[in-house]
Amino acid sequence: MSAVLEVSGLVKRFGGLVATDHVTLDVQAGEIHALIGPNGAGKSTLINQLSGEIAPDAGTIRLLGRDVTHEPAHARVRLGLGRTFQVTSLLDECTVSESVALAVQAHAGGNLKLWDRAANRTPVRTRTEALLAGTALEPRAAMRAADLSHGERKQLELVMALALEPKLMLLDEPMAGLGHVESGEMIEVLRGLRARAGVLLVEHDMDAVFALADRISVLVYGQIVASGSVEEIRENPEVRAAYLGGEDELC
Amino acid sequence: MRQPVAILLALVVLAVLPTLAAWAGSPATVPLATRILIYGIAAASLNFALGYGGMISFGHAAFFGIGGYVVAILFTHWFNEAPIFGLIPGTNQLLITLPLAIVVSGLFAAAIGALSLRTGGVQFIMITLAFAQMLFFLFVSLKAYGGEDGLSMRRPDAFLGLNLRDRPTMYYLTLVITVLFFAGLRRLVRSSFGTVLDGIRQNERRMEALGIATYRHKLFAFILSGMGVGMAGALMANAMRYVSPDMMHWSRSGELMIMVILGGTGTLLGPLYGAAALLLLETWLAGWTEHWSLGEGLVLLAVVMFSRGGLIALLRRRT
Repeated sequence: MSAVLEVSGLVKRFGGLVATDHVTLDVQAGEIHALIGPNGAGKSTLINQLSGEIAPDAGTIRLLGRDVTHEPAHARVRLGLGRTFQVTSLLDECTVSESVALAVQAHAGGNLKLWDRAANRTPVRTRTEALLAGTALEPRAAMRAADLSHGERKQLELVMALALEPKLMLLDEPMAGLGHVESGEMIEVLRGLRARAGVLLVEHDMDAVFALADRISVLVYGQIVASGSVEEIRENPEVRAAYLGGEDELC
Repeated sequence: MRQPVAILLALVVLAVLPTLAAWAGSPATVPLATRILIYGIAAASLNFALGYGGMISFGHAAFFGIGGYVVAILFTHWFNEAPIFGLIPGTNQLLITLPLAIVVSGLFAAAIGALSLRTGGVQFIMITLAFAQMLFFLFVSLKAYGGEDGLSMRRPDAFLGLNLRDRPTMYYLTLVITVLFFAGLRRLVRSSFGTVLDGIRQNERRMEALGIATYRHKLFAFILSGMGVGMAGALMANAMRYVSPDMMHWSRSGELMIMVILGGTGTLLGPLYGAAALLLLETWLAGWTEHWSLGEGLVLLAVVMFSRGGLIALLRRRT
């Protein structure tokens, strides 16, 4: 197996607060690596550094073997990074198929063409239809993103990310706010993702994490306090104390 | 309504307008219509950045003035037979001055945009305003080109042997350019680039996450927008045979913005309607009272508050 993401010694400080404290982790191709931790552990800060929205103070980030620590977000996407947002971030005025088509077009290139007709780009349209085919979004194709349900919006984000054919997916709480049935569907979708890309999954829903993850790392106060297989993490006393510990506090 | 039919009808009316005006004994209508078309081009160009790209520029009058000054300065040097810096000869050929005005405005837009687009929101509005005011004061202090008195042109530029001093001729030239411009703009907003720009306006962070270098795309759109306004400025210089720093005063930027908002932000023809409405209103109210801007303000207020989407939205709702 080869690593699609290698993070080493990553540090991010906000004033006196060390939000990311020498984090070292990797994601192999074809694995789902889950990142768990209590609220305020610095998960989102870490994700935003990996995606390129926040610059780290120290350490390196390697994507498919290339140092991207100082690359802007869009350049990392070009190299093979796809992401979803904790709070869905979509093009609310576009329909589902327009949104996916725009993602396909962004990936296909030719985005500076001034004199073509975007709606007539056949390869873009074909690929858009293929991406939507068989998903729960297919019957919603003509609906505006703003009018979708919460679960559908989460799915649309995922489809748009997949349109970029990413080698690494950063998923920031894909289960958040989903109902029971929707969660079950999302777990199935994510399981299918493993074949296409390495996944770094930040998630609070422990059932989903235990169902999906090949490896789990636990982040507490910006530090990785434990890392290992599902079984190891389940049994780790430190993790139980810090995180799984009490009866609840999973979110 | 059947849009193509409506547009064809409007074009027929515009084509016979000078004849109608002569028949009705109101020759002032033709230069007014010319100004409306020119402002329509300028407002629609601003709208490409503002409405389609979400870049609220308060400094687009700068490009209007630049376009105008390119024409007037080249004319002056040609007329005085004194090359610029003793090197570049002036010219009165519209086929040279118009493209040159577009290119020079584009260069200014590139410089201003490259710096301004590093900011966003209110800062962007203020920085574009500041750049435009800098250029305004630069031209006020340029005594060689008339300073605050501006620069008059003895004649309009020469174009294919047409007499552009003849008002209907100038009007028809402007009309042809306007039609070509809007056809091109329509094509542009539906292109791959136009689609990406629309995405950036809606959610820049999302487009960045799709791998789009949003800064570069916004800058490109800003330059295209500045070039369109520059072309309008060059036409205005020919229509009025006069340019002055007033063309780039901040209130002119505001006027262009009002035309966009009044007509319909982010629509193809809205800014043209906005330009027509504003200039007709001005002319009409000015015939009544010298305090016409009060009436204008009230009408604006009413349209913005009750139309939701400008005049074009009102028209669509009625038909």
